[in-house]
Amino acid sequence: MAYINVEQGVPGIRSLVLFRPDTGKPLYELAQILLRGPSTLSPAERELIAAYVSSRNQCFFCTNSHAAAARCLYGDEGSVVDEALLDPENAGLTGKMKALLNIAGKVQILGKEVTELDILLAREQGADDREIHDTVLIAAAFSMFNRYVDGLASWTPTDPAAYAEMGRRMADKGYVLPQPVNQ
Amino acid sequence: MSYIPLETHLPGITGLLEYRQDSAKPIRELTQLLLRGPSSLTEGERELIATIVSSRNQCSFCTAAHTAAADILLEEDKTSAAVKQDIASAPVTEKMKALLLIAAQVQESGKSVTPFSIANAKEAGATDMEIHDTVLIAALFCLYNRYVDGLATATPSDPAFYQGLGQRLKQHGYNRLPNGYDHLKKK
Repeated sequence: MAYINVEQGVPGIRSLVLFRPDTGKPLYELAQILLRGPSTLSPAERELIAAYVSSRNQCFFCTNSHAAAARCLYGDEGSVVDEALLDPENAGLTGKMKALLNIAGKVQILGKEVTELDILLAREQGADDREIHDTVLIAAAFSMFNRYVDGLASWTPTDPAAYAEMGRRMADKGYVLPQPVNQ
Repeated sequence: MSYIPLETHLPGITGLLEYRQDSAKPIRELTQLLLRGPSSLTEGERELIATIVSSRNQCSFCTAAHTAAADILLEEDKTSAAVKQDIASAPVTEKMKALLLIAAQVQESGKSVTPFSIANAKEAGATDMEIHDTVLIAALFCLYNRYVDGLATATPSDPAFYQGLGQRLKQHGYNRLPNGYDHLKKK
């Protein structure tokens, strides 16, 4: 049971943004811009950053929904998502993505954990300013989303099929603010 | 030196929000709603939530900025100092103590918030909306603090800078200034 009176049967963040839609709107816009907006990182790569941070924050809902979205977006290479969540260093990712995930992992702990060396390693692998900026901001944003979802104990489905469906929707439609039903 | 090139006349968060304005827009809108929008918590109380989270995330820029904003709104500087020191003995209402405790738990992790701390806040009179907003403000500052420190933005050491910033936050809130920030460039 969620800590506040949200609509029953609506999972995770969807229940929270239905509880307060005016703050939900910029939250969904931010996710859409960061994960689907203009970027030299693919939506699949950006969903992986989101899933990786959520996994380190032990947010079951966000980890499973964004991992499912990333698997859909990686298509035939979907298994790389599970490799990366387990052990990014040895996953079948580009050197640049490994270096960016390293930065995202530091941001998950605390902003101050990101060192000049982390940034240098990412640049050596070809990351530019904007990719570094976006990685830090995506990791910071999921440090917010994860806390919002778990801090209010929103409903977390346990059925993997529920996440596969969510992932497909996120891959196809992106982040669209849910609308209240039966009103 | 920040890890990416930013406008030197805009330290801390402002330089980042100007660097990528399309992502800044929803962040600013969310902050304006949460800290200045309609609420049964005062603006000063909401700034205290921003302050305690920033302080515990060791983000010097955000802590100094929101301490200044809270002090200006509360018209004294004892409360923010006491809250940062020890929530239980700070001169705030029982409801605010309970909400600040929830914010401090959110700072650690979403999972750190307990049914007990929620029950405690409700007993002290907190509504579902106040609990919602406290959790979301605390979560939002976990974003800000990581954004500001994760890219190593400049942190001015002059207290007068934060006094000026606090005044701006009181007067203009969190919307982008209509004419931008060029007027802050040193002449």
